[in-house]
Amino acid sequence: MSLLGFFDWLATTAGSIALHESHYAYRIVSTVHVVTLSLFVGTAAMLDLRLLGATMRSVPVSEVARRLRPWTAAGFVLMTVSGALLFYANPSPRYLNIFFRAKMAMLVLAGVNAWLFHRNVFPRAAEWDNDPVPPRRARITGGLALALWALMIVSGRMIAYDWFDCGRQPQPAIINLLEGCLTASR
Amino acid sequence: MSLLPFFEWCQNAELIVSMRSSLWLFPVIESLHLIGLALIGGALLIVDLRLLGFGLRHQPVSVLARDAERWLIASLVVMLPTGFLLFMSSAVKCYYLPVFWVKMATLVLALVFTFSIRRRVTMAAETGVNPLWPKVVGGVSISLWSTVAIAGRFVGFP
Repeated sequence: MSLLGFFDWLATTAGSIALHESHYAYRIVSTVHVVTLSLFVGTAAMLDLRLLGATMRSVPVSEVARRLRPWTAAGFVLMTVSGALLFYANPSPRYLNIFFRAKMAMLVLAGVNAWLFHRNVFPRAAEWDNDPVPPRRARITGGLALALWALMIVSGRMIAYDWFDCGRQPQPAIINLLEGCLTASR
Repeated sequence: MSLLPFFEWCQNAELIVSMRSSLWLFPVIESLHLIGLALIGGALLIVDLRLLGFGLRHQPVSVLARDAERWLIASLVVMLPTGFLLFMSSAVKCYYLPVFWVKMATLVLALVFTFSIRRRVTMAAETGVNPLWPKVVGGVSISLWSTVAIAGRFVGFP
């Protein structure tokens, strides 16, 4: 079964239909997803700003990272669960949405960035833990993360405005490819 | 005096009408408003969590508050103008929407509280303060700003 076939099937399940058709449940999930921005991206951004030397310069980087981690993690769980539910309510239209795809791609990039930080940069933080402005490698990680969060927020908001919906033909082939549209040529 | 004529004027202002004719301009303004939401969340929570005894609890509140204030103000500089433009684009709908008035009332309360009581408590030296005070201030701050954010999301629903 293709992914699209699977998502078409997912849309026929009782839970997906219930969430899609509900008035309050969908709105509550959507509200949780948006308001959690301030917990998840908010606390993550504070660590990234510390890595740039732009805030809490007198606090050791490792302390900021350690103390904020549970809050960022809790935000991530809320974000992911509510985001998965929003997807579950409209599987195929989200899958066939250029902005959703861009957002998922940036989520993977942000994950790789965080993984590289914890593997290569953070283990040697002891050498520069108290520096008001951390070394270049750490600043690059922080700056990259901030840029990715901002772009993810923008593409997340744009999901609601699908200007490239597959129903709007003719569209350039590149758009149809990125959007995942099934066209006569494929 | 009714505010309705003012709200109607907002929605029909030439600037807003021409901005609305753009396909992507308001989505971009909404996105900026959301980036501001993330930033203001971080700037507030760093201090509020500390007041409640969580997060960076080995750092003095006053140090965190001073550092966070710059980002708090930066996020307000993003949120208030973008929010006002978003309001102008659908001012008449807002006028008849109770949740919009909830958001505005809570926003005014939250701003006044943050820059008066909360600021005084967080910037003060920590000695000699009743230990209950910081917890109350942190809790009130989180409650007020969460209400603003949640009501804000509900203003946006069709």
